[in-house]
Amino acid sequence: MVLNNIEELIEKYNNAETTLQEEAELKAYFLSDAVAPHLEHYKPMFQYFSKSKKEVYNKPISLNSNNTRKTKIYQWFSVAAIVLLMLGIFIPNWNNHPKTLADYTAEEQELYLETKQALKLISKNLNTGLVGMNALDMAGDNLNTGLEKANYISVFGTTTNKLLKN
Amino acid sequence: MNQSDFVTIVMPFKDKVFRLAKRLLVSKDEAEDATQEILMKLWHNKKKIGDYKNVEAFSMTMTKNFCLDRLKSKQAQNLKIVHSNYTDNQASLQSQVETKDSIDWVTKIMEDLPEQQKIIVQLRDIEAYDFSEIAKILDMNETAVRVNLSRARKTIREKLTHTHQHGIK
Repeated sequence: MVLNNIEELIEKYNNAETTLQEEAELKAYFLSDAVAPHLEHYKPMFQYFSKSKKEVYNKPISLNSNNTRKTKIYQWFSVAAIVLLMLGIFIPNWNNHPKTLADYTAEEQELYLETKQALKLISKNLNTGLVGMNALDMAGDNLNTGLEKANYISVFGTTTNKLLKN
Repeated sequence: MNQSDFVTIVMPFKDKVFRLAKRLLVSKDEAEDATQEILMKLWHNKKKIGDYKNVEAFSMTMTKNFCLDRLKSKQAQNLKIVHSNYTDNQASLQSQVETKDSIDWVTKIMEDLPEQQKIIVQLRDIEAYDFSEIAKILDMNETAVRVNLSRARKTIREKLTHTHQHGIK
């Protein structure tokens, strides 16, 4: 290839006036081994260009990417969770008329009454116990009054002691 | 349109999308994410794909806008700068190291270019697009594209000449 031609092309190339064909020529020239010494510094540039062109996108193209689908599913999870929570809060309030004794079966009613009676017995005994406790309370009160009086005695004792010393 | 139809449409230019993304975002991972994103966007709008006159040019514009947005966004603040590994099976280690070195220089010079010029150099010198196509992709007129390209090429040349001579003398 004529060197003059290449130099001309380079000039045009730098002014961005070359056609694609001419650029291909230039590339071919600079990628070959026979590059004139004073043009050597263009070499890495063209090498770089042809190298960069070889880079490819290797990753497989995944179109229905799992990411978006998964996030969508998780979004529905949260919706479901909220619905469940709301149901949990509101369902117990729906049948708000309280159940009466008549709503249960005969067996259950009997059981209920039995336990009621048993509890009554326990409470009665508790009450009698309470009366006994009241007596104790009174005794405690009397003791306290007795103690107060004893205090008087002790005060009296100290005054008599003082008198005796004098 | 089913998936395989879509893939056949996308196949020819997915690498170009990836390379443009990588040119702008530098990191390979970022570029891969961006490519995936672009393809997903195309797939979601697959019904409209027939309306586009030039799907490739359209996707390149999308890529450009997407990457510039990424660069502006805060997410890109912790962007890693990772150079790709240039694997070449050349004979001597010496020449291998040398070429790798000078090619790295070009990479660095390219990184320093303004975004617009980066894109234009990428589209013209690497992907070999026509000026009219580049003008369409970037929504500029052809003269402006030429001016920008000329500037970019001259910058690269100047810096390369500088480092090259510096290396020798």
